[in-house]
Amino acid sequence: MAKLELSHLNKTYSPKIIPVKDVSLDVDDGEFLTLLGPSGCGKSTILRLIAGLEQPTRGEIRIDGKNVTQHSPGDRNIAMVFQSYALYPHMTVYDNMASGLKLKRVSSEEIRRRIEQVSLFLGLGNLMQRKPGQLSGGQRQRVALGRALVRQPDVFLLDEPLSNLDALLREQVRAELKQIFESQNTPVVYVTHDQTEAMTLSTKVAVLSNGDLQQLDPPRRIYTHPANRFVAGFVGSPQMNLLDLKCEGKFAILGNYKIPLPGRMTPPPEITLGVRPEHVRLAEPSDTHTLQGKVILKENLGMSDLLSVKVKGAENQTLRALLPSDRPWSAEEVTLALPPDLIHWFDVETGDRLTSENLQPVY
Amino acid sequence: MTTTIRERERRTGWMLIIPAMLVLAFVYAYPIARSFWLSLFTENLGTQLQPVFSGLNNYGRMIQDGRFWQTIANTMVFTISTLVLELILGMGIALVLNQAFKGRGAVRTIAIIPWALPTALIATTWAWIFNDQFGVVNDILLRLGIIDTGINWLGNPAPAMLSVIIADVWKTTSFVAILLLAGLQSISNDLYEAHSIDGASPWQSFRQITLPLLMPQILIASLFRFAQAFGIFDLIQVMTGGGPGGATETVSIYIYATVMRYLDFGYGAALVVVTFVLLVAVVALAAFFLSKLRTATTGDA
Amino acid sequence: MSTAQLPAEPRTQTDKSSISWRRILWITAIVLTVIFSLAPILWQVLTSFKTNADIEAVPTVYLPTRFTLQHYIEIFARRPFANYMFNSGFVAVTSTLLCLLLGTPAAYALARLRLPGERIILAIVLVVTLFPYILLFLGLLEIVRATGLANNYLALIIPYTAMNIPLTILVMRSFFQQLPRDLEDSAKVDGYSTWKMLLHILLPMTIPALVTTGILTFIASWNEFLFALTFITRESMKTIPVAVAQLSGTTVFEIPYGAQAAATVVGTLPLVVLVLLFQRRIVQGLTSGAVKG
Repeated sequence: MAKLELSHLNKTYSPKIIPVKDVSLDVDDGEFLTLLGPSGCGKSTILRLIAGLEQPTRGEIRIDGKNVTQHSPGDRNIAMVFQSYALYPHMTVYDNMASGLKLKRVSSEEIRRRIEQVSLFLGLGNLMQRKPGQLSGGQRQRVALGRALVRQPDVFLLDEPLSNLDALLREQVRAELKQIFESQNTPVVYVTHDQTEAMTLSTKVAVLSNGDLQQLDPPRRIYTHPANRFVAGFVGSPQMNLLDLKCEGKFAILGNYKIPLPGRMTPPPEITLGVRPEHVRLAEPSDTHTLQGKVILKENLGMSDLLSVKVKGAENQTLRALLPSDRPWSAEEVTLALPPDLIHWFDVETGDRLTSENLQPVY
Repeated sequence: MTTTIRERERRTGWMLIIPAMLVLAFVYAYPIARSFWLSLFTENLGTQLQPVFSGLNNYGRMIQDGRFWQTIANTMVFTISTLVLELILGMGIALVLNQAFKGRGAVRTIAIIPWALPTALIATTWAWIFNDQFGVVNDILLRLGIIDTGINWLGNPAPAMLSVIIADVWKTTSFVAILLLAGLQSISNDLYEAHSIDGASPWQSFRQITLPLLMPQILIASLFRFAQAFGIFDLIQVMTGGGPGGATETVSIYIYATVMRYLDFGYGAALVVVTFVLLVAVVALAAFFLSKLRTATTGDA
Repeated sequence: MSTAQLPAEPRTQTDKSSISWRRILWITAIVLTVIFSLAPILWQVLTSFKTNADIEAVPTVYLPTRFTLQHYIEIFARRPFANYMFNSGFVAVTSTLLCLLLGTPAAYALARLRLPGERIILAIVLVVTLFPYILLFLGLLEIVRATGLANNYLALIIPYTAMNIPLTILVMRSFFQQLPRDLEDSAKVDGYSTWKMLLHILLPMTIPALVTTGILTFIASWNEFLFALTFITRESMKTIPVAVAQLSGTTVFEIPYGAQAAATVVGTLPLVVLVLLFQRRIVQGLTSGAVKG
């Protein structure tokens, strides 16, 4: 039995506005689940449904096997960290951390013990008597975390907790978050639109779009086996090349080049090819399938260059390739190779991932 | 049965709101409803202050009551002239208060003072200013050679009406100015700069930017002021008592006299009902225009 | 706050003479605004310090030939003016507190709790602010008579509380709507009930808005005339507006101008002090009560 279970959650505001359509997922002790998606995909709504700050139109939320769908937020034994930190401005750091425990009638000795422990852990020791207004952004963020930790909840909920920090601090706190929650052995649900956070922190990532769950997998697999075109395009930077190609026989046609379709598939009339820019490489003499093109744009990313290449014979198709910045590249003809095992295929209509298994055999 | 979160939230909501609503019902809804009921009875010295059902008699009496129509006319004269003057003056003051200058805060503070003071006290102040023997207005006009002998301001019909209008304009222009100032502050300076780069004169800017964008505030201020002026009581009661000879008697003053002096409760109630209906009609009309205007300017209802 | 507005100088016409012309015009306007707002009050202040001989001099004596405190002494020594001040203060403070106590929770419910019919309630509240008190006085008079509340502070406190509730709801509601929602959500997750949250989390943050609203309701209660005139007839129970308006000599022809002026000065002093201290808040409260509602 998973610690946190969502089954068939739906939130409907009006027939046209359905932020959460039908989401089911589990989070276990020690698991760190990230809800990842663009703004408006329903990830924050799901978090608020779990917290009880909003009520689902349909579906159930269970914590420790107990149905808490109609429990008030305070009765769910959850802790939540808000994007704005939501520290009570008129209370000291200590009182901010203690307030939830006091309401739960935890003894004041126990409260002091827990706060001491957490503040030691987070390095908040000397800030205890300050008010939030006297703290820096990073310190406030830590207090908000501390307030969640002292609760010793059944589930941690974090709503974009890093987005109000500046870039430098964000990386540092991200690393700290990872350490903190690895030591907790409590389920964590984390909402973000930042794929780096999702990739680095999570044990599981749920990619959402338009209120639907697109893929639920460990971060590595989200990257290597995107379930559909949306996930492929959303995860990974620079964005994956996604090209709609015509098919002929067992080949997809890209300009003058034929790319073999995998396995024994009946080729559909059209197919979407996906390949990450970092997987496109310069052709070597040993490559059998190569394609030529002309560099039309070079973007310097520091250790490598992102090249936009117009493929010969397919004037409207542009392939982007991440290549070492050891050559000037500009307006150059290049010969590229696409490693067959790093090519993804998607259905043009549905966007679903196509593999040799889920395609009909040719014979 | 466990209740849902939403149900509990609603229940709390009603518990938060009901005490306030009960007080409002007790002080607003009941007295007005009671007046509707009482207006169907004759209850005056003639009936020894016992209510006797008389149907719509009170309303029939009202139609033939010349004094009632005179008070309606007086009220309209008072309301419309104060409203127009306050809007013009209030706009002027709002423009002044919106300028950047040293000591603007102090001037703003000074400009609010008239609004904050008790109307009854202001009425005595203005009665003193318009005093026929020792009043400062007569003195200034005499010194300037505009008049030869002092005017008995509060003792003659037209000057008395003029006096109460001036006093009311002084008292409430600052309220209008505050509302309009808030509107002015919400208009971006970029608009004026762009407009003047296009070669518009200040007057054109005022006509083409300030006035249209300020329309919602102007309407809201007008609505508030209309309702308050229509029910004006304390200022006139203290300055002239409705005199001389009923020249400044407004509906409120008449209702008060009907009830408190003539002890004619049934007729007083009928007067209350008619005033209420008139006011609600005007407010509904204004609200309709306001919502139309809002839809037109901002696109949301 | 945005600053300079209206007549932005036309770029085509920047010769110095036209600019200084405009400056003179604006300075005149500012001076006129100040004179307009202050002159009548200053005249009362001057009158209050004049001897009766100066007051009744023809032609008018503008600056007193001799300062006197005789009128102030008169209103406090010969008339129960301290009493009037206390009555006004007590009634205004009590009804202000009651009004905040009743109106603030209602404002919160209307701002956040999504009650069915809240738009109708708001519309009613808005319309009620427009009703003149004369519409209420007949019905209230009956109640006051029936319950024997005449010459009782409650006869004023209850209507004053009620007449300020709409404004309280409008101002406080617009304040609550501006508060960050996260804070309330955080309190809910911490386990605060709506009541406790209002008391422990929101109230401390609401104090500035409560002060704003409180000032407006205090001013309105201090200034009310009709109910005070009708429901209170005992001299010792009267409030300032009625007492000053009824201040008279032994005959109609013997109006005590000086005492009246002194009474006006004293009776308006608390309000002038409030305005001086809280100008910004008053402006804010008035506009959020009227415009945003």
